[in-house]
Amino acid sequence: MSTDMLLVNVPKVQVTLTVNGERQSVLVHPVARLLDVLRQELELTGTKEGCGEGECGACSVFLNGDLVNSCLVPVLQADGAELVTIEGISRDKRWQGLQQSFVQHGGAQCGICTPGMILAAVNLLRQTSNPLESDIRHALAGNLCRCTGYVKILEAVAQAARAMTDES
Amino acid sequence: MIPLSPLPPFSGQPVPRKEGLAKVSGQARYVDDLSFPGMIYGITVRSQVPRAVLRSISFGTGIPWEEFTIVTAKDIPGKNVIALILNDQPCLADTRINHAEEPVVLLAHPDRYLLEEARRSVNIEVDPLPPVFNIDESLGRKEIVWGDDNLLKVCELNKGNVDQAWSDAAFIVEGEYETGAQEQLYIETNGMVAKADESEGVTVWGSMQCPYYVQKALMAVFHLPADRVRVVQAETGGGFGGKEEYPSIIAAHAALLAWKSGKPVKLIYDRAEDLAATTKRHPSRTRHRTAVRKDGKLLAMDIDFVIDGGAYATLSSVVLSRGTIHAAGPYSCPNVHIRSRAVATNTPPHGAFRGFGAPQSIFALERHLNRVAAVVGLSPEELRRRNFLEQGMATATGQVIRDQIDLSGMLDYALQKSRYREKKGSFAQHNRTSTFKKGIGFAAFMHGAGFTGAGEKQLASVVGVEATATGKVRILSANTEIGQGTNTIFSQMAADALGISLDSVEVAQPDTGSVPNSGPTVASRTCMIVGKLVESAALGVRQTLVGSGMLRVGYSSEDFCKACVEYVRRWGPLKSMVQYQQPPEISWDEVAFQGDAYRDYAWAVYVAEVRVDLTTFEAQVDDFVAVQNVGEVIHPVMAAGQIEGGVAQGIGFALYENVVWNDGRMLNHQMTNYIIPTAADVPPIRVFFVRTSDSGGPKGLGELPMDGPAPAIVNAIEDAIGASINRVPLMPEDLMKKVGAV
Repeated sequence: MSTDMLLVNVPKVQVTLTVNGERQSVLVHPVARLLDVLRQELELTGTKEGCGEGECGACSVFLNGDLVNSCLVPVLQADGAELVTIEGISRDKRWQGLQQSFVQHGGAQCGICTPGMILAAVNLLRQTSNPLESDIRHALAGNLCRCTGYVKILEAVAQAARAMTDES
Repeated sequence: MIPLSPLPPFSGQPVPRKEGLAKVSGQARYVDDLSFPGMIYGITVRSQVPRAVLRSISFGTGIPWEEFTIVTAKDIPGKNVIALILNDQPCLADTRINHAEEPVVLLAHPDRYLLEEARRSVNIEVDPLPPVFNIDESLGRKEIVWGDDNLLKVCELNKGNVDQAWSDAAFIVEGEYETGAQEQLYIETNGMVAKADESEGVTVWGSMQCPYYVQKALMAVFHLPADRVRVVQAETGGGFGGKEEYPSIIAAHAALLAWKSGKPVKLIYDRAEDLAATTKRHPSRTRHRTAVRKDGKLLAMDIDFVIDGGAYATLSSVVLSRGTIHAAGPYSCPNVHIRSRAVATNTPPHGAFRGFGAPQSIFALERHLNRVAAVVGLSPEELRRRNFLEQGMATATGQVIRDQIDLSGMLDYALQKSRYREKKGSFAQHNRTSTFKKGIGFAAFMHGAGFTGAGEKQLASVVGVEATATGKVRILSANTEIGQGTNTIFSQMAADALGISLDSVEVAQPDTGSVPNSGPTVASRTCMIVGKLVESAALGVRQTLVGSGMLRVGYSSEDFCKACVEYVRRWGPLKSMVQYQQPPEISWDEVAFQGDAYRDYAWAVYVAEVRVDLTTFEAQVDDFVAVQNVGEVIHPVMAAGQIEGGVAQGIGFALYENVVWNDGRMLNHQMTNYIIPTAADVPPIRVFFVRTSDSGGPKGLGELPMDGPAPAIVNAIEDAIGASINRVPLMPEDLMKKVGAV
């Protein structure tokens, strides 16, 4: 193989992303994953990599409102998209109670799966204000946690849902 | 002399996790979130063959090698060894290859895409040698792959005389049990960032449990004194033992690349590499031969326990020791003989994983006792009740139990909470007509906290507490927060010792440049051993403030803070250091395996309810009750969280987590095909902490919940389908074969 065939010598391309409400133009490697662009180019390191193959959900972000594993999204597919990451959720007052609930009920231990878990919980609570335990289990089944056995995460989401219903 | 603090005690309260907000908002900084100017990336080229003589290394065409930093064994400035216990593992393979994931060449480059291409273009020429891959091949000395006899370690425990007991036995019951390898599967993979050069020495930041283990390894590799090697723990995304010893290798590799390139180097494993190359739980095989009286009393236990250590000795000797001590469980038996061996094979070294040998030997025992009960004609619970240890009785190591433990009471409580008897009856009824069979089973066990025997004395851990110029109290320890709550419980313990508010306490980032060596974050020791040192060191600060007249008894939290500010302003730093002192009544004979194996034990009875689908042969846990006595519970939510997480890992160990080996390599090294429980798989896990009047302080609980689930679940499956199962993980295909054979 000669060097000019290597991926490294492929010219970079420009993509435009609206991330957490802010429009940004970034020069990226054409096969870069959305995850890498968020973490490296945009320095939004709250989105984590756990497996790189869409199994663990640690890299979850919202892409045009849909919850996706950003490790499976080629950045070129996200050109022009609206993205929300954990950093954006953290600035959104609506979800502070959910984050507090994770702290209060022991839903975060080592914390590496937590941003993804919170995004998956946000995705659920946007659709259902009054989820059953089985709904929560189903909604979080794409996010792996190795610390908690999920019990306290389920509790944190259920409590947050209850508190949000009471407020509204 | 100090009146009771006006603040409520924080111990026992579910105070917020110290670093909780940073974690839920994505602000916590893990190693892969760190970046330095000019930083380049590192990658590891591995041997690919399980056993060989290394002939040469060559570099393929088409890669601009002149742009790369290339490190081989020849570039190591100090010793080519990962210093741990026996120091038999090289940092980079030089002449011999002993497993297929052995690091041989390290590469660094600014472009990660190019690095991956380059890794595939390094050719390692070898002369293959015949390998051994499992316990039988190693014990049978098919090839000698380590030392003179493939034995990494042998232990022998003798209590009484088993040989005289067989003739008095009404029953002699034999059984053989096996457990597979298990991956820790922390969700954050292993990784390090290093800076290194001759003038500044070596600094690494990374994901780890034991900063001083990493420092010791780096000192040997670079031949540098401690003050020129600095190790800093970044926020760590889970460990479970998997970040006890392996981080030393990655730190050494990252630092070698940084040393040679003169640039900061980040070396992060992707999931496939982490699964394939890093340590796993030791596979095990246990044989039991048990002499029992007619009334079910144990007369003799003869146990042969073997673990597969992989290619190098690493921690196998200590894993073996803990597995041996726990092999006879919480039972009173006058005659016990345990022979245990850790054997070498040509797989990557197995290592620390929550429970550290105990889950393996306890699985065997708790399965075997159900078999013994069936032979004797007693229920599993009655057999155990007749043999449980009680206050004043001696364990297999001859350690007399000082506490008033009430295992029968715990058993009753667990059976009641799980509605065990009622379900036994209703499940038997249900199973007659259904294609899915239900069952319920339990396991009783104990787990010793802290290092074994004289281990804590040898560690001689040191903890510091200092007053800061801003009026805070800062805890200085090398014990890492890896999710289990170190930061929070240390703060609770220090705040209570001083009677000050929780926010007046800070926890220093573990950094060998600024915290003393308080020992590794392993063996369920952090709260019980190090937490006590935190309290003593905190009291030292108070004593100085009171003694110097800056603080008057009856002080408030604010007074304390003001006194700290005033002291530091007037006299400079105020630091109180405390070292662990072994209580004089503890004695341990490492050769005979007799004496006080652990200062304290946690005790538990776990009950699992399962269903087995006879169409798909899937087994599922429907309910789980975990009853334990762990002494004082410092943080009830975090303690329950530890138990729940451990139980989920135990469910994985029993039913899902199957490491598939091929020629000494893990084939299923992806999260797609190495399956851990999801939120949809775990049952309700109901946690109950019980105490007796003299339970005392905390006894360590991190590892305990890993010990019980596998035998409880398999006992429940036996109850459901009537087949005797003696190996975990139990996959659907195994169950299909078993049911076919019933």
